[in-house]
Amino acid sequence: MGEYIVEAKNLCKYFKVGKNQTLKAVDGVNIQMKKGETLGLVGESGCGKTTCGRTLVKLYEATSGTVLFERKDVSKLRGKELLAFRKDAQIIFQDPYASLDPRMTIGEIITEGMNVHFHMSEKEKEEKVNELLHKVGLNAEYANRFAHELSGGQRQRVGIARALAVEPKFIVCDEPISALDVSIQAQIVNLLMKLQREMGLTYLFISHDLSMVKHISDRVGVMYLGYMVELASNYALYDNPVHPYTQALISAIPEVEPDEEERKKRVHLEGEVPSPINPPAGCRFKSRCKYAKEICGQEMPELEEIEPGHYVACHMCGKESW
Amino acid sequence: MLVNHDVTEMMENIPDEMFKIVGIDKDAETPTRPRIGYWKDAWRRLRENKVAFAALIILLVLIFFIIFGPAISGYEFEQIDANAINQGPSAKHWFGTDDLGRDLFARVWQAGRVSIIIGILGAVIASVVGSIYGGIAAYFGGMVDDIMMRIVEVLLSIPYLIIVILISVITDSKSLGTMLVALTLTGWCGIARLVRGQMLQLKSQEYVLAANALGVTPIKIILKHMIPNTIGMIIVAITFDIPGYIFSEAFLSYVGLGIQPPSTSWGALASAAQQNFMFYPSQLLFPALMIALTMLSFTLLGDGLRDALDPKLRK
Amino acid sequence: MEKILEVENLNVSFNTYAGEVKAVRGVSFELSKGETLAFVGESGCGKTVTAKSILRLLNPPFAVIKPESKIICNGKDVLKMSEKELCEFRGDEVGMIFQDPMTSLNPTMTVGNQIMESLMIHKKLDKNAAREEAVQMLKMVNIPSPEKRINNYPHEMSGGMRQRVMIAIALACNPNVLIADEPTTALDVTIQAQIMDLMMEIKTEMNTAIILVTHDLGVVANFADRIQVMYAGEVVERGTTKEIFNESRHPYTWALLRSVPRLGSKSKEELYALGGTPPDLLLPLNHCPFADRCEFCMPVCKVHKPQETVLSDTHKVSCWLMHEKAPKVESFYDRRDK
Repeated sequence: MGEYIVEAKNLCKYFKVGKNQTLKAVDGVNIQMKKGETLGLVGESGCGKTTCGRTLVKLYEATSGTVLFERKDVSKLRGKELLAFRKDAQIIFQDPYASLDPRMTIGEIITEGMNVHFHMSEKEKEEKVNELLHKVGLNAEYANRFAHELSGGQRQRVGIARALAVEPKFIVCDEPISALDVSIQAQIVNLLMKLQREMGLTYLFISHDLSMVKHISDRVGVMYLGYMVELASNYALYDNPVHPYTQALISAIPEVEPDEEERKKRVHLEGEVPSPINPPAGCRFKSRCKYAKEICGQEMPELEEIEPGHYVACHMCGKESW
Repeated sequence: MLVNHDVTEMMENIPDEMFKIVGIDKDAETPTRPRIGYWKDAWRRLRENKVAFAALIILLVLIFFIIFGPAISGYEFEQIDANAINQGPSAKHWFGTDDLGRDLFARVWQAGRVSIIIGILGAVIASVVGSIYGGIAAYFGGMVDDIMMRIVEVLLSIPYLIIVILISVITDSKSLGTMLVALTLTGWCGIARLVRGQMLQLKSQEYVLAANALGVTPIKIILKHMIPNTIGMIIVAITFDIPGYIFSEAFLSYVGLGIQPPSTSWGALASAAQQNFMFYPSQLLFPALMIALTMLSFTLLGDGLRDALDPKLRK
Repeated sequence: MEKILEVENLNVSFNTYAGEVKAVRGVSFELSKGETLAFVGESGCGKTVTAKSILRLLNPPFAVIKPESKIICNGKDVLKMSEKELCEFRGDEVGMIFQDPMTSLNPTMTVGNQIMESLMIHKKLDKNAAREEAVQMLKMVNIPSPEKRINNYPHEMSGGMRQRVMIAIALACNPNVLIADEPTTALDVTIQAQIMDLMMEIKTEMNTAIILVTHDLGVVANFADRIQVMYAGEVVERGTTKEIFNESRHPYTWALLRSVPRLGSKSKEELYALGGTPPDLLLPLNHCPFADRCEFCMPVCKVHKPQETVLSDTHKVSCWLMHEKAPKVESFYDRRDK
């Protein structure tokens, strides 16, 4: 299975909270990504999707499980190899206001990574900054400006340029559009898709906006309380959602066409996401699931392939009619 | 709403060529607001703050006199004149003279040198030491942080009078140097805590995470991201600390633990004048006024700087 | 229908160091009983400022409502109210829900006390009666075991719960108008749907008029009766929800509708993205504010401001394309149907 660029096996990331309490942010997630594909990751806040993305690029150390990047175990990387990994795997953050240092000019922000990984003269750097700014659709004149002089969309472009500056292969896009306006969201998504076509990038696209995720991704994974409940190609997931949580998520998307909406039967979810601190045994969705049976309270369901490429973690799905 | 008749007419008289779709002009230079850098903007906001700006001007005037005052007076600050003892303010001696006939104008400014030097130097030394200490504690975190912060708490619990007395006993001198050592020995602890708090907050900022993801080394992250983003806060802390040091020095000199004659400071002047207070109140008035004015100005300036340097308050 | 709120020629400016930013420029609208009116637009288009001006929640001298503006609610001129009248007006006649339920609740008070506070002030209830009423309110917004929850502090509740409490507070005194400023933006999708359902339930039950401020076209499509699309501090198009979604005539409305990917659309195809950024409201603007970003821009658009063209009783558009001399353009709907 050497074709995968990123592979996470049974990835867990726990945080200690207070006395003897653990927050299981990510609990046994398996991810395999081919080169050049986009994997979407959706879920509600607190489901661990951001933690998962940050662990993949080694901003957090995994509590257990392994992350393989180009078949190398990321946790064992040291020195030169670690530096090479830092160059190949990049991340784009959600908040375009918090992710740029307010004391640095845009040019300085973009060159920061180049200084680490490449030996370039001042002139080469300047040229590269101009080229990158052009690539992300900004005027070269912005290089001398400060972040606070830019609008949200422009800042997010700078964030993308910073990641691209080190010529990465894999980028984690951590809710890159959530903080932006609708029209600007489309600009950024278009830019990300264009860059992927041109540079053959691999994306992990994290978002809670299901329609955008569907648009940009090849495959989509749905997370709930730290684990993956369903993983499938974007068409299969949206046309034929199997897990009750996925069904609820998709039907909760407010559709732009009012008429279509009236026809569609909504499956509204009762209750709220339970706390990820010391989660209950068994299926974590059981408290909100109307199909829950006894077995759901006892065993944690495993991700099973119900169709080629379509995985679901549910005791009830695909086994009997419900 | 009724449409104004003139407007309707104007609308109808628009020539046809005005209605040809040209679409978006890609090269159009979008007009932008004037660019304003961080420090320039902070300076602008400080200037708008009338109180803080007045405090700044008072401080500048005081500093001018502290530098040139003794020379302007035309007297040496230690020059004794037995013919002019305990005089009130006059054309000859602007602030009067003390019980040894020394010119108070010269002495007040000479004393100011000691007070201001202790104030500024003390605050700067404490801030530098405190920032480095707090920065290290915050960056490494965990055990290192725990141990370092416990040390700070122990140091803070020792009354500084004890330290001052101990140091003057050990070194057997009561000079400016020993006072500085004594005051800064625990003075940096407050700033260390402040910087640690700020740095801990910065550490989880997304731009620091981004630098981590780019593989930037810890030293460079501290130098390029953490310190520049704490510097505003440190400057404010320094301005708030200066009056504290000036007052501590005045207090120590007043109780006789500080600067010894013939060298003098505002506290020492006030202490000497206190004995004659009933008969010659003007001798106490001037040093006390200077202490009050300096402390007030620094505090008000610190207030203004805090508002001016806070990036959250930028409009 | 009975009109309860009338806003005419609302102008709001912000005084900044760089000059006067005209955030809202000549907005007029009316609201009838039991109706839901949505303000839609990008951030900075003045939708929140407009909503806040109705309650006079903007703080002078930084923000100024210009004297030519007129806000009439239930026959009373809001802009001429004294501080005391204003206090009675807020909460009693108009309630407001904010975007972030975390920062709009007082963290040091139990939610029960926060609901009771307004009941005791406005309805002059005594403590026990207010408490009973508060439990009723919590029950109405579907909070489970309200008798227990009433003693909770905001931090003990989840985001969705807090937003429910906010709604309970806003509705405590039976206001005629409820202003909801991005009520679901900070919430998760499944919770969003729950909150919107709740608001609609309450609306039909209490016949409250709602002003819904949002950038989410999906939310608007499902819950609003009428929509006004705002851009750069002006209303560029207004109409019923059907009119805006199915017959809109303004290029900016088209752009908004197009930039949202539909679940039925093909993936990975380029989304329609509006280029450029909204105009800087610091600079004078005497032409169509959308001209610089409009693909149908004509020379006239950069010189004169378009007048509002009346298409039907409810549907009005401010665009030069409506002028008789303007060419016919291929609308968003023609393109989509191809």
